[in-house]
Amino acid sequence: MLSLPKLKYSLNALMPHISEETLNFHYNKHHAGYVNKLNGLIKGTPFENKALIDIMKESSGAIFNNAAQIWNHTFYWDSMGPNCGGEPFGEIKEKIQEDFGSFSKFKDDFSNILCGHFGSGWGWLALNNNKKLVILQTHDANNPIKENSGIPILTCDIWEHAYYIDYRNDRASYVKAWWNLINWNFKMSLACQKNYL
Amino acid sequence: MLSRAVCGTGRQLAPALGYLGSRQKHSLPDLPYDYGALEPHINAEIMQLHHCKHHAAYVNNLNVTEEKYQEALAKGDVTAQIALQPALKFNGGGHINHSIFWTNLSPNGGGEPKGELLEAIKRDFGSFEKFKEKLMAASVGVQGSGWGWLGFNKERGQLQIAACPNQDPLQGTTGLIPLLGIDVWEHAYYLQYKNARPDYLKAIWNIINWENVTERYMACKK
Repeated sequence: MLSLPKLKYSLNALMPHISEETLNFHYNKHHAGYVNKLNGLIKGTPFENKALIDIMKESSGAIFNNAAQIWNHTFYWDSMGPNCGGEPFGEIKEKIQEDFGSFSKFKDDFSNILCGHFGSGWGWLALNNNKKLVILQTHDANNPIKENSGIPILTCDIWEHAYYIDYRNDRASYVKAWWNLINWNFKMSLACQKNYL
Repeated sequence: MLSRAVCGTGRQLAPALGYLGSRQKHSLPDLPYDYGALEPHINAEIMQLHHCKHHAAYVNNLNVTEEKYQEALAKGDVTAQIALQPALKFNGGGHINHSIFWTNLSPNGGGEPKGELLEAIKRDFGSFEKFKEKLMAASVGVQGSGWGWLGFNKERGQLQIAACPNQDPLQGTTGLIPLLGIDVWEHAYYLQYKNARPDYLKAIWNIINWENVTERYMACKK
């Protein structure tokens, strides 16, 4: 039986960028919903006692969709935090400069990808197989682990439920606000990402 | 006060001036009813955003993309044409799908179809209830964004249920002729139903415009 991972901050901690109402629905309904759904789907199957990451890697269809969405959302919450945002520091700052030229180029590119994605999905900063930082976009529940395209460093949810309450159709404003929430502290050490795999 | 007339997108006039060689631009169709007309099943705020913002954006972006496509065609730039395909499919599909959707709904809708359409539904699905269950299941089951559809398979002369992802147009991607579409993108229901897509789907049956669906069906059979 999988359980909903605890949120590391309170439901109103991301205000004014993401409201308490959004976080309440997003965490307590959507994220929790994926957990409940997956538990129901894997009962009595070989997936029942596997770790989430293994279920995600080995499954397809509804089991994959729910498993991946559990993983993606946990990563999303950890990508953000109160008193966060601003520019990166430490190891990740240098790597961004090295691979994108500058933080502002990275920010523009990432924002354009997030705003331009058609339909539901996620935007990722990831370390690819050539040890370069890249911006990736995945559709619906997919992620770089499943697609074998890199090690996730940072993610932004661009399913409409992530922003509709606060920004309606204006995804661009949500993306702009999201930059105020990035938990660079979490992202400092590229090595720490291994804990997720 | 929300009304169908106020959209602020500046609809393009559609002159029949084809001889000028310029492409007629697409325009946002009017809703056949006021934004609040489908309450309590779909609220006015959703209808206004859905029509004025989402559908309008598909129309605008379709026009922009077609403009670029014309330039690429004129230059013989196949690479550019191919690069524009996803935007054409997405925005073109969005415009087609929503144009159908507004006509599929009515404040006087609901109940069951009659006559030939009902007979066809019974023939192809067993009963209206079974058809309803199948279409609901297909619509609930869309992972991410997409549409549930009742379509007509012209080759087999049969009604068929399908689901399409994103804004993929039914006919363009499956060959089925669209009769009734159910938009299950979150923007179609989130403000009112939040994550409870099944509740939205239950409610929408109260406003299905069976006259329109029947018209579309009869047109297929010609």
